[in-house]
Amino acid sequence: MIPTLQTPEPYDPVLHPPLKPLPGHKSGSILERALRRGWFAITAELNPPDSADPRDVLAAAEPLKAVADAINATDASGANCHMSSMGICSILSRAGMGIVLQISCRDRNRIAIQGDVLGAAAMGVGNVLCLTGDGVGVGDQPGAKPVFDLDSLSLLRTLKTMRDEGKFLSGRKLTYAPPIFLGAAENPCIPPYEHRALRLEKKVRAGADFIQTNYIFDLPRFKAFMGQVRDMGLDERAFILAGVGPVASAKSARWMRANVPGVHIPDNYIVRLERAEKPAEESKKLCVDMIGELRAIAGVKGVHVMAYRREHLVGEIIEASGILKERLAAKGT
Amino acid sequence: MYAIRLFAVRHARAFERLYQGFERVIVGLDPLFRRVGYGRLERPVAAVEQVVKGLLFDCKMCGQCVLSSTGMACPMNCPKQLRNGPCGGVRAGGFCEVKPAMRCVWVEAWDGASRMQDGAARIRVVQPPVDRSLEGTSSWLRVAREKALTVGTASAAKQTVATAFPRARQNEPASAPLAVEPPKGPK
Repeated sequence: MIPTLQTPEPYDPVLHPPLKPLPGHKSGSILERALRRGWFAITAELNPPDSADPRDVLAAAEPLKAVADAINATDASGANCHMSSMGICSILSRAGMGIVLQISCRDRNRIAIQGDVLGAAAMGVGNVLCLTGDGVGVGDQPGAKPVFDLDSLSLLRTLKTMRDEGKFLSGRKLTYAPPIFLGAAENPCIPPYEHRALRLEKKVRAGADFIQTNYIFDLPRFKAFMGQVRDMGLDERAFILAGVGPVASAKSARWMRANVPGVHIPDNYIVRLERAEKPAEESKKLCVDMIGELRAIAGVKGVHVMAYRREHLVGEIIEASGILKERLAAKGT
Repeated sequence: MYAIRLFAVRHARAFERLYQGFERVIVGLDPLFRRVGYGRLERPVAAVEQVVKGLLFDCKMCGQCVLSSTGMACPMNCPKQLRNGPCGGVRAGGFCEVKPAMRCVWVEAWDGASRMQDGAARIRVVQPPVDRSLEGTSSWLRVAREKALTVGTASAAKQTVATAFPRARQNEPASAPLAVEPPKGPK
């Protein structure tokens, strides 16, 4: 028995069935409960191991589980091969953690994806994040065949059809529909800026219940986006979690900007890191400050922390942000 | 050709008008098409369609044309073949994540849509996934069949897609077809 496993006895899906959706909820997800309760939610991205040892997954989740309402299990992000999102979800669900299954349309077609979602829901995965996925060219195996049978929106609508109509896209009936909280991503800080909110609206119409944005480093741009979002009333129709993360140094910020698709970091952010006497401290402070700024924006219902290879800092950052203290205070009243 | 397809997006309004007239003609020809037989027309019409739309839009013959809902930018030219773009990887200045020298097909699409009469409303409709079994077939004939369709005899799969993406079917009937397909010839 793995010592860090939370459940005292071996996992038994009959003895420990997935959490049932509360009335009015779409899933049994802890994240959905937190959001509907009005809590400022926290999700965090797990760094997937290049390993077949389940202890490596539990170790990667360790710094995140105490502070996150859900842990995102990435699906070969950046088109780099790691342990699959499904594999990670199966281990973490047995340990009783709230998890987000990420599905990228790059690697699997509609047959594989719909089957995976049933499997994930059966294991107790309550959240599914629907992504298009980065192109294969940026990853470690650029010769792979890109699939892109669905896109993030048709994927959302397909999963919504499974959940709400109890059918595969083929029309075949499900005997038990997957109770899942559907997520989508949006990247407000890259072109076409004026159409990003409209695309978010499409995602909400397609079925998104929650949104996790890409990294936000450009606050004015994000504020403009959220203005549009509020004008369209989208913040009332989906829970928006803003993406944040500590960037180790000015050098890595420049590298990310040049090499990671969809990352926009303004020069002034990099300059602040560069001029800092203690870049590591400054990086944390920038992240905490950003969370503070984001919380002040109407319509932002949580943060999504992506601390790639800096997962050990997530606890400190969330602690410093004061989010959990506020929850405790709210509980007391 | 790349330059011509950018031209088509810049003149999306003119192409929209042109297509609206053309669509009325082909839908009106449905009785004739039926008499000749859609099966017999499939190959010659698809060949003409490929040449015309290939030249203008770099058409990839997905068989489920939604150009009127994508600002006259063919979504099959997107390296990820998104039907609901753009993705989150668009480069500064509106260039493609995968092919950095190419304008993002979907940045172009939203631009073209804003020049059209119905384009801005239509591009906000969620498009269904492509039915890959229709690749290479004529979308024009499909539109004629779909618009003239009176009785629903479609399979459960087709009906599920048409129900899951109702507005897409309304605007672009070829995107979620219900009519009976003509028999496939040898190829």
